[in-house]
Amino acid sequence: MSQGAWNAVFIIASFAAYIVIAIRSRAGSTKEYYTAGSGVSPLANGMATAADWMSAATFISMAGGIAVAGYDASRFLMGWTGGFVLLTTLMVPYLRKFNKSTVPDFLGDRFYSKGARLVGVICAIFICMTYIMGQMRGVGVVFSNLFELSVPMGVIIGAAIVFFYAGLGGMKGITYTQVAQYCVMAFAYTIPAIFAALALTGNIVPQLGLIGNAVEDGVPILEKINNINTELGFSEYTKGNLTKMNMFFITAALMVGTAGLPHVIVRFFTVKNVKSVRQSACWTLAFIAVIYLTAPAVGVFARINLIDSLHNTPYTAVPEWFSKFEKTGQMTFEDKNGDGIIQYFGPEKDQPNELTFGTDIMVMASPYMADLSPWIIGLLMAGCIAAALSTAAGLLLVISTSISHDLMKKIINPGLSDKQEVTSARLASLGALIVAAYFGINPPSSFVAKTVAFAFGLAASSFFPTLLMGIFSKRMNKWGAICGMMAGITFTLAYIVYFQFCGGTPEQYLFGITPEGIGFIGMIINFVVAAIVCAVTPKPPVEIQAMVENIHIPRDAGEASDH
Amino acid sequence: MSDSEQTTTHAAKYWWAKLRILLGILIVWFLVSFGCGILFREWLDANMIKIGNAPFGFWMAQQGSIVCFVLLLIVYNFMMNRLDAKFGYDEKGGDV
Repeated sequence: MSQGAWNAVFIIASFAAYIVIAIRSRAGSTKEYYTAGSGVSPLANGMATAADWMSAATFISMAGGIAVAGYDASRFLMGWTGGFVLLTTLMVPYLRKFNKSTVPDFLGDRFYSKGARLVGVICAIFICMTYIMGQMRGVGVVFSNLFELSVPMGVIIGAAIVFFYAGLGGMKGITYTQVAQYCVMAFAYTIPAIFAALALTGNIVPQLGLIGNAVEDGVPILEKINNINTELGFSEYTKGNLTKMNMFFITAALMVGTAGLPHVIVRFFTVKNVKSVRQSACWTLAFIAVIYLTAPAVGVFARINLIDSLHNTPYTAVPEWFSKFEKTGQMTFEDKNGDGIIQYFGPEKDQPNELTFGTDIMVMASPYMADLSPWIIGLLMAGCIAAALSTAAGLLLVISTSISHDLMKKIINPGLSDKQEVTSARLASLGALIVAAYFGINPPSSFVAKTVAFAFGLAASSFFPTLLMGIFSKRMNKWGAICGMMAGITFTLAYIVYFQFCGGTPEQYLFGITPEGIGFIGMIINFVVAAIVCAVTPKPPVEIQAMVENIHIPRDAGEASDH
Repeated sequence: MSDSEQTTTHAAKYWWAKLRILLGILIVWFLVSFGCGILFREWLDANMIKIGNAPFGFWMAQQGSIVCFVLLLIVYNFMMNRLDAKFGYDEKGGDV
């Protein structure tokens, strides 16, 4: 079978599976639409959350990013996993006990204020919209590569599929499709890594291969990549360029941001009780770790193979796959010195670099470099699409429920019936998808890449500290919460906008902290402002204080329905 | 002592015991990630045993911390379930 046929088989088969699952588990009531009736098993929810969490960018670009940045990339590895420890110990068990369907719901009730709810709705929509644009773009790019469609056509097909099962099926529909998507992703990611590890290090476990020796000459893999990097004018892989200050703040901002992302938090409202929440969060992190522990190995192996097969190779003698990636523009060769030989050099070398490629190449090209059979490449393509679709679906759900439940039902029109609420959620998800697809087709230049800093910075400076104080402090009142949130968001947004869009220079950085890490400072500002305002304003009402005491006790977290 | 006061102190004791466990978990969380992976990395790279061929601090930053996070959550689950049972707040279900 040809490569095209294998790709089509895997993608059509996986889509058929998702659609069948979505139809079988579509939602009937708001409870099912928002939280899948709280009857999902901890294991299934763990897989679904892992799929939700790992976006197209994580799946395709993370390994390549690690390969280039070396030690510096540890901030993403630790930040995006360590956040789950905070999430599990400080957030989700208590929010689940509170037994409401959305994050703004908690803010509105705990801080007895429509203002707090509205701020929550705006933050949730903003965070999720910035995220979902990148996902739609990712789907479009993969589709266009595979079926030789235009990117806009790919985006539209992807949006239609997401609407079909997320918009119609709600939380119940997406949970079970995400379980299937996680399985596809995990196999698609680890199988090429195992083959690459075997070929390069003789070890079947990629993580052990990374700390082992090369088969060819017995040199440790990490020493090999360090040598390659210094020889070609890059900084040593195991060292790092970022200052300790920046490493600390960026890692911290990513961690607290992760613990405050609404589309991750709501996933834990789908399990039966508080005990299941803790169990499910543990499964989630374990499933995420499978991919995160493999990523550094994939990156290093692919970089060694790539440089090995391309550097100092005459352009006429390049491997077959090179032209494939050249055609799609993912790799380019420019013969600057006119000798017809590819030279790849880093910034510290004075010779010109002639080879450029994006971070996505390490994952996309590694099966070709390891000369794996076409069906593995087909599986990888299905994995890319699964990663993009699962994240897009989870984000879409938060946007639509924030609009239908928190904005429509709780603020604008309290008379809305259950059925009308579900209908408005579906309409809201259609609207959100159209906006996301528009930006997927016409990405505002490099805007999407920069907005990741926005999403994490906002979550870190708004949701994380405010939820934390709402859960752990009986004394925190609505004035403190609202002022704290406003102060945290304003500071973080202003800092990011100034440096990303208004031409701020690195010399002006506060304590030398980049916009990526500023969310952590925003969080501290939120805490301080909230504490000061709270100290000079009246205590919250007695029933609110009793409610806070009640969420500290795990028992009786509301009814669940069986699936 | 009235009934309601008794429940309050019972719940308060439970809450303090819980906070102690959380504090312990978060201290370890901080040490394995920020401590080993960032703050003391150079010292650990130079002075600690290597994991395979990887310097200790570097390995902690890229692999070890993630493994520790998973182990931490397993310990957390175990300790929380035991605490809930001890105070009579445990629930049926959630197995799998």
